[in-house]
Amino acid sequence: MDPHYQHLYDILAHSQGYIFPNEIELQWGILIVVYPFITGLVAGAFILASLERVFKVRILQPTYQIALLTALSFLLVATMPLISHLSQPQRAYEIMITPHSSSAMAIFGFVYLWYLMVVLLLEIWFDYRHSMVVWANEKKGIMKWVYRILTLGVSDISPRTVRWDRKMGYIITVVGIPSAFILHGYVGFIFGSIKANPWWSTPLMPIIFLFSAMVSGIALVMIVYMVITYFRKKVIDLDVLDSIGKYLFFVLILDFTLEGLDQIHRIYVAEESFEIIKLLVSGKLYLTLFIAQGLVGTIIPLITLVFLQFYKHKIRVRKTMYFIVSILVLIGVYSMRWNVVIGGQLFSKSFSGFTSFKVGLIGLDGTLMAAFWLILPIGILAFLLWLLPPWRMVKEEEEI
Amino acid sequence: MSQSTSAMGNEKIKTSRRKFLKTATVLAGAAIGYSWLKSSQILLFAAEPKDESLPWYGIVIDIQKCIGCGNCAKACKNENDVPAEPFFFRTWIEQYTVKNDGSVNIVSPNGGIDGFKQTVPDEDIFKSFFVPKMCNHCAKSPCVQVCPVGATYVSPEGVALIDEKYCIGCRYCVQACPYGCRFIHPVKKVANKCTLCYHRLKKGLAPACMETCPTGARMYGNLRDKNSDLVKFLKEHTTQVLRPNLNTGSKLFYNALSSEVR
Repeated sequence: MDPHYQHLYDILAHSQGYIFPNEIELQWGILIVVYPFITGLVAGAFILASLERVFKVRILQPTYQIALLTALSFLLVATMPLISHLSQPQRAYEIMITPHSSSAMAIFGFVYLWYLMVVLLLEIWFDYRHSMVVWANEKKGIMKWVYRILTLGVSDISPRTVRWDRKMGYIITVVGIPSAFILHGYVGFIFGSIKANPWWSTPLMPIIFLFSAMVSGIALVMIVYMVITYFRKKVIDLDVLDSIGKYLFFVLILDFTLEGLDQIHRIYVAEESFEIIKLLVSGKLYLTLFIAQGLVGTIIPLITLVFLQFYKHKIRVRKTMYFIVSILVLIGVYSMRWNVVIGGQLFSKSFSGFTSFKVGLIGLDGTLMAAFWLILPIGILAFLLWLLPPWRMVKEEEEI
Repeated sequence: MSQSTSAMGNEKIKTSRRKFLKTATVLAGAAIGYSWLKSSQILLFAAEPKDESLPWYGIVIDIQKCIGCGNCAKACKNENDVPAEPFFFRTWIEQYTVKNDGSVNIVSPNGGIDGFKQTVPDEDIFKSFFVPKMCNHCAKSPCVQVCPVGATYVSPEGVALIDEKYCIGCRYCVQACPYGCRFIHPVKKVANKCTLCYHRLKKGLAPACMETCPTGARMYGNLRDKNSDLVKFLKEHTTQVLRPNLNTGSKLFYNALSSEVR
């Protein structure tokens, strides 16, 4: 026995029932769990930011730039788990230069670039340009040059130009909302369009992905806002938390309803894959689906959020509860990604058995690597907040 | 006088504006219609035989003839440089045993290469049979549809192939194949699958699995040639494809396929 294949023999020993012989090893591992989780955070954070900008929810103003920078930090990393998961990563560029028109995956690069270059970077640039010009004039040495380069040489800060900046920022946000929907709805479509896999194949998949993305993005921005305010030694604005909490509640309800609808539909129509899926959710996915995603990530946060609408006494308790709710929601959405990606590969397409999956700790496809791709954006965010502190921005007098 | 001129002028402008709007609407409509048709072509995926002079290959597997000797799977591995470990197969054989209580026992130890041993006691067996599996060379291949770079494609003869120098190893095709026919080659690190021994077909030789089958349970041929043995077989037998509900355009037809098989 070749020791190189030892892990496959181990998996084979743990498989149950009959699986096709090529199905022993899972094709998509933990990195592909991390990827939709990250893009979901991006789309969700952006949609929260657009609430302030487009729908004029002024109370969310303190979180606006934070949400945008959070989205950018995670988007910069989003491709990394994908590329490092390829068996031939050095050929990744082929997807951009020779995309196959009938492939859902081929559009990835374009959706990604559109979102990064046209939506996020441009919006942040228009937002910060005025401040960056002012900072370039205030600072000395290398930072002066950094800000000067970041303005791309556009140093006009006459009221007319600044008004133009705001107007452009607004237009981009309007374009950005459907873009954010496309970015993440598209990720859902990658799974939802695989008709060979009954656990994935549902037209609801893009919508479910989208709503869970909004849930996770909103929760993340809430956490980031609280942590930043803590480190800045400022007072956390409870009205802001209440407001975010309200949106989180509504979106979580919608998300829960959609996922519930998906499952009820599955049970009621009970197609040929029903028996194997029933075994899947009651067995290998029990902990991550019912406990982590359902109870911890949805039911407990929902009840807590309802409770917080009525309980208005101890500020400290409420803050702590919002913080915990956000963490729980993030755990729930991560579990949802796990249940989709890993769950969809655990049962055989023969519908007659299961393979098994154990995440390794090390290696390109291991837990440490996945954790790295999740922690890296936080580092990038810290850097961006230092470079472009929202709280030092030049106040605009006019609003569109 | 001047009033009537201006009236005429207004009229003229109105007419030309209307004309312009009409033309613009028609043009825009045509553009939208065309792009819609074009995009629906992108959404709807199917390979079609284009070159009339080339064959359009189909396969028949006669379940009644398969004895489960495993020679086909062994020959395939030898011919196509498939690793010997029991996790990589371009073709394999499954043994189905339907028990008297209605339950089904399916096994494929080492893809059937070493043959089979019946583990279910005789008195419990309702029926038992072997099902050889291989790429279905679908005309509407889900695997070809999803490949992001077009590294997997359908040859002009209707054989689903992979360009190994081009595959990026995203594994989307492996996910998309409902029949479990694809795997990632552990050495080449790219997708791998049955090519219907395309290299042999081009030389006029039969695929290795068919060449070696002692009972002639596997057959390939030109679906366009109405006089071919394959078409004659299809005419005289009631055949079925696997997972017909998925509309993959499978060109692998099974004779005497039992409903337990997926």
